[in-house]
Amino acid sequence: MTMLAGTIEHLDRGPLSMDELAEVIARDIPEGSFVNLGIGQPTKIADHLPRDHHGSATVILHTENGMLGMGPAAAGDEVDADLTNAGKVPVTELPGAAYFHHADSFAMMRGGHLDVCVLGAYQVAANGDLANWHTGRPDAIPAVGGAMDLAIGAKDVLVMMALFGKDGSPKLVPACTYPLTGVGCVSRVYTDHGVFEVGGDEVVVRTTWGISVTELRDRLGLPLVTREG
Amino acid sequence: MARAQLLETTDEAVAGIEDGSTVLVGGFGLAGMPFDLIDALIRQGATDLTIVSNNAGNGEVGLAALLRAGRVRKVICSFPRQADSYVFDELYLSGRLELEVVPQGNLAERMRAAGAGIGAFYSPTAVGTPLAEGKEVRDIDGRTYLLELPIKGDYALISAHRADRLGNLVYRKTARNFGPVMAAAATTTIVQASSVVPTGELDPEAVVTPSIYVDRVVAVAARHHTVQGAR
Repeated sequence: MTMLAGTIEHLDRGPLSMDELAEVIARDIPEGSFVNLGIGQPTKIADHLPRDHHGSATVILHTENGMLGMGPAAAGDEVDADLTNAGKVPVTELPGAAYFHHADSFAMMRGGHLDVCVLGAYQVAANGDLANWHTGRPDAIPAVGGAMDLAIGAKDVLVMMALFGKDGSPKLVPACTYPLTGVGCVSRVYTDHGVFEVGGDEVVVRTTWGISVTELRDRLGLPLVTREG
Repeated sequence: MARAQLLETTDEAVAGIEDGSTVLVGGFGLAGMPFDLIDALIRQGATDLTIVSNNAGNGEVGLAALLRAGRVRKVICSFPRQADSYVFDELYLSGRLELEVVPQGNLAERMRAAGAGIGAFYSPTAVGTPLAEGKEVRDIDGRTYLLELPIKGDYALISAHRADRLGNLVYRKTARNFGPVMAAAATTTIVQASSVVPTGELDPEAVVTPSIYVDRVVAVAARHHTVQGAR
């Protein structure tokens, strides 16, 4: 147990806020990547992406409604109804931006040209299955958008979510009970309580915040393993 | 029809759209939504329509107004439920509207296929999900795909930034979205453009939709709305 302190377990800090988690994810995205940030919490990551010594972003953001080189949210006079992100929020363009139509935008995704996408989730399974589009409730209106295309498209599919639902139930689970978005597509799950690698034979805990690996094993009911570097 | 017709009014532009038509409607949320053509279609009166669009209306304008007017039998889209999609929500939940949800990339590619004369294609999107139900599954080089069929429109209503008198089009920023794909996928493509310029004035290198895909053009001053409650 003491072996893990300070390397994997960070018991003095956490759970993280979604802004702190966004900063952690931003640090893990390699410079020069083409990146898609999903609607909702993942858009926060844009505020923390690495910049070069000129202050320019070193990552190029893709938005599936047809743009590379997306800049920050638009404010005041910058608001232009013709320029929005995938969540329909007015955004800005950066030097070097490019526009393209929807079939090209999704060809880019499906064709494996995007390096990283970060999505929110209702549930992620140990095998990397993703559920993030439909609660499955009979009265819910199904709406999938680009979630299924993103899930199978990017080279690296990361998830950003709270580890536990509002009712305390785990969202990293042995098998998804919600309708699937993609099969075995997630490689890493970033949560307020820790970071997990999924999709392999075992779930690997990379980091925890404010909770021990032992307690996580107990609360998740998953045979978590650690790999000391 | 060989050459695009340049029309004076939106009412002339939507003339002849028959009841029961499949109409592809451009726009992503309200960016690129052909508001004035839709208003003209409401006046024109065609009903029992199947609408193919990314969303199912925002607020009270554009597609939402067409839905509210009771002209739509079925919506094929990727993302109907939004912060301000209350017109759709009410019709759908009360059973007055059919819905087919299609992943956004498949929606775009199915229309692209229709425009490009492709009979069907295999897509990896939605494999293993509820949206794979009833679709042919095939493994190719170790990856699993679903057979997807084209979506062809009888009409497309799209919005462009500028057109020339031949019907060549350029778009503006992310308002391009489905325009070029829908223009090719419909039998009759109807375009509202913020301005119509003399032939030769658009840089041929910058034309996004070549005039061969365009049947009717009408100049309408741009009108902008943003989605309420977007986050």
